[in-house]
This record gives sequence, structure tokens and C-alpha cells, in this order.
Amino acid sequence: MSKAVTVRAQKLRRDNTKLRLYIFLVLVAALLLAALFSMRLAPYDPYLQNLDEAMQPPSASHIMGTDQHGRDMFSRVLVGGRTSIFATLALVAVISVFGTVVGTLCGYYGGRVDSVVMRISDVCLAFPGLVFAMAVAALLNGGIGNAVLALAVVSWPKYSRVARSQTLAVKAEDFVSAAKLAGSSSAQVILRHILPNILGPVLVTAMLDIGTMMMELAGLSFLGLGAVPPTAEWGNMMSTGRSMLQMYPWVVLSPGIGIFISVVLFNLLGDTVRDYMDPRNSRSG
Amino acid sequence: MEPILEVKNLTKIFQKRGKEDFVAVDHVSFRLFPGEILGVVGESGSGKSTVAKLVTRLIDATEGTIAVNGKDITHVKGAALRDIYADMQMVFQNPAGSFDPRRTLGDGIGESLKNHGFSKEERRKRAVGLLEHCGLPEEFAGRYPHEVSGGQCQRAAIARALAIGPKILICDEATSALDVTVQKQIVELLQSMQKADGLSYIFICHNLALVQMFCDRVLVLRDGKVVESGTPDEVILAPKSEYTRRLVDAVL
Repeated sequence: MSKAVTVRAQKLRRDNTKLRLYIFLVLVAALLLAALFSMRLAPYDPYLQNLDEAMQPPSASHIMGTDQHGRDMFSRVLVGGRTSIFATLALVAVISVFGTVVGTLCGYYGGRVDSVVMRISDVCLAFPGLVFAMAVAALLNGGIGNAVLALAVVSWPKYSRVARSQTLAVKAEDFVSAAKLAGSSSAQVILRHILPNILGPVLVTAMLDIGTMMMELAGLSFLGLGAVPPTAEWGNMMSTGRSMLQMYPWVVLSPGIGIFISVVLFNLLGDTVRDYMDPRNSRSG
Repeated sequence: MEPILEVKNLTKIFQKRGKEDFVAVDHVSFRLFPGEILGVVGESGSGKSTVAKLVTRLIDATEGTIAVNGKDITHVKGAALRDIYADMQMVFQNPAGSFDPRRTLGDGIGESLKNHGFSKEERRKRAVGLLEHCGLPEEFAGRYPHEVSGGQCQRAAIARALAIGPKILICDEATSALDVTVQKQIVELLQSMQKADGLSYIFICHNLALVQMFCDRVLVLRDGKVVESGTPDEVILAPKSEYTRRLVDAVL
């Protein structure tokens, strides 16, 4: 009786996770589509200045108001989202692939190269990421591309750590020995058996990292180390509006809402993916 | 007769920083002749599995030599090492863990064939044939390790080990994780394979009754050293060393 109840509870939880996964996938897909087609969706040209309409509060014609140049905030938030979201996705894609490759090779081969690379990653992990990224971004000058590069330089070790520890665990499994006995070379063992078996944790790390990276990228732009005005980007839109926060709060709040919604959505999706991949939630059970 | 496998003074010392060196295998020597079944017994931690890993070159020996068909393989690497595995295969203790959880049993069985350039169709055909040879119907080729029982999985593991047509099969506690009736079936399967293909086995096991029934010769290991060797009847019925006597007494 009690066992049946537990089994049902587990099944419910699993169904629940699946439902949540679909909901958040749809919402994130909507966000991505909105960002992708932002130029067409935007009611006004986000770069068209109209000083007659500067600093309008939110109204029916400008639902998020206008900024000091009379540009429609809603259009700018939409178009800014494209920059912020796709720069973040590119960043996470680059660091997760690079970090995973480095971590897997280090874990599999070990030895001196492994020690050196892991010490380097220790150095990166010892600093607060944003502080280190600021230093690198300052060296590289501004621009969203350089901001992405700066964050990439300091953020890959997270992935190499995850990939390395997972590789060490998988490497000790009998099926890896069996693959070697089947005459597979190291490259074949890594590609056929190691990578597919460590992908889950890496994917979860990446999903949960998107929100953080989006905030750090916006942070760099806010500090003037990322996207350069007049490019619409959430971080620098907040930065230009911050002196007007008391009089015209919508100039700061609108891009803030953009960041808030996307970060929360990506984090919730990441959480759900983690729950979904949890072995205790296994699909075979 | 020339031995198919000759191991001389094989030694493995595990070194860890801040810890004393641990001698897992200490100057072990033995010969395996074609068609022979050599049993290796000893308590947990006596170095049985380390011997298996050393002989298959999954770990490197600290000292000593391993020769297959008169060819020294102690230090071969890369492609030359992979060639050795066409003659020497292994069956692991934990059947489910010896198959990649993300791949089907058929994939696992076909891996050595894939590495030897067999086509996909040919691999599938062979895998099905091997499975049938090991007493499993062909649909097992499409199953995942977690979908089959321990005994079925071990049969598939034997099929995989035999896929490339080896001459030496090393069974590292191949029956220990299985229940008693399944153990018997697996041993019978190994026996019939041995007769059909003239294989040589190294049968690592802590079950003395099984060793007595199955093996031609027995090595008794303790703390990495060979303390006794001979035919099963000599070793088990008339043990010379105190340690072997205790091992036997522990069972009876």
C-alpha cells in the first residue's frame, strides 16, 4: 500500500517535471523568437530620435515610455534583447564546448598538462568572475564582442572542472576498459563512451549558467566595458538611464524588466532540466 | 608445448604521495598453455584482479614481463597494443557495468569488429550469431544493459569477448555477481566455448568448488604472492600451505 503510494508520488513528480520542462521550453522559445524577430516586432525604429517626444512616461502609444532622445523604450528593449540574449548564448556555447573539451582531455590523460591546466583554472576560479572579466575587458577595449571574449576567458574553468571530474568517474568504469579491450583508440574511447556519458551534467551546468552570464554581460555593458551606445543593449541602456532614475524611472526599469524576465526564465529552465536529468527521476523506473 | 601466455616476475607497486608503497602483485610467474584453464584463487585483496589488469595491460607493470605467443607485450603501446587484444579478451565481474549504459548490447558486441573495419550489416549479423551462440535470442542486440538481467548481460559480455576470436579469455570473477543457478549456466557456457574453440582461460575466482570443477591448474595468491600451485585436487584436497588450508576450511 505505502509502496504503491510512493510509486504514484514519484510518477506524479516526474510528470510534473516533464510538464514544467515543456512550459519553460515554450516560454524560452518565445523569448528567443521575440529576440530573433525583434526588428520586425518593434513598433518603432529603436534608433529613431524624436526630441519632441523625449522622456514620455509609459502610455498607450509608448507602453514603456521614451528615453532622453525620444526613442521608444519598448522597441529598444526588444532589440536590445537580441544583442543581450544571443551574445549570452554564444558565450555559453563557446565556454561550455571549450571547457568540456579541455576538462575531458585533462581528466582522461592526466599527467603534467592536467596539473598545469587545473592550476590555471584554479586561478580563474579564485577571483570573483566579474572582477577578473572587467580587467580583461578593460585591456581589450569596449565592444560587445570583446566583453564576450573577456567573460569567456574567465568562465571556462567551471566547465573544465565539471567535465574533468565526470571524466575521472566514467574513466574508472568497466565499460571503458572493455572498450579499450575491443581495440578502441583513446580518441574513440573519448568520443564513443566518455563524452556521451558526461554530457548530462555539462548541459545542466550550461543551462544554469545562462542567467549568470547574461547578468555579467549586462554588468560589463553597464560599466561601459561592453556594448557601446547607441547600440541597444540592456546593460548600457540601464547605464545611460541611471542618472534619471528618480525622475524618469521607466528608462531604467524597462531594460531591467528585460534582464529580469530572461534571467528568471533561463534559470527556471535550467533548474527543470536538472530535475529532469536527476537519476532519481530516471525515466526507466 | 609452447605456452600461449608467459608471465615472469610480474610486480605492481602502487605509489601514493604521503602513503606507504603498496605491493599489490609481488613477483608472480606463471604459464598458460593452449587449451588450458588456469584458476587463480585467493581472498579479497590478494591481487587477483590486479593480475588480470596487468596481463591485459589496462595498468602498467612495475616490473616483470608478459609474453603472448612468445612476443613480449609488457611495454607495447598504441596500435601494437590494440593488436594484442585480438588474441586476448576479458570478461568482467560486474556485467551491467561492463557495457556502456548509453549503447545497446549489440553495439558493445560489435565494437571490436567496428574497430577492425567490419561493415554495419556484417557487425549486426555477427552480433546476432554470437548472442545465439551464448544462448540469447537476437532481439537482445537491441537492448540496453539496464533492460536485461545480470546473467543475460554476462552472456552478452562473453559474446562480446569472443567476437574478435581471441585465444585467451580472462574471466575476472565473471560469475561472482550472479546467483548460484546462473553461475552454473555461465560456467557451462564457458566450458562449451572452451571445447569448441580451443580457448585458454585464466579463471579468477574465490569459489573453490567452482575452481575444482572447472580448472586444470590452480594458483593460490596471497598478498600478491603465489603461495601454492598445482592441479585442483592437489591444491584443494591436499593443501601444502597453511593459507590454502584456511581458504579450503573457510568453504567447507
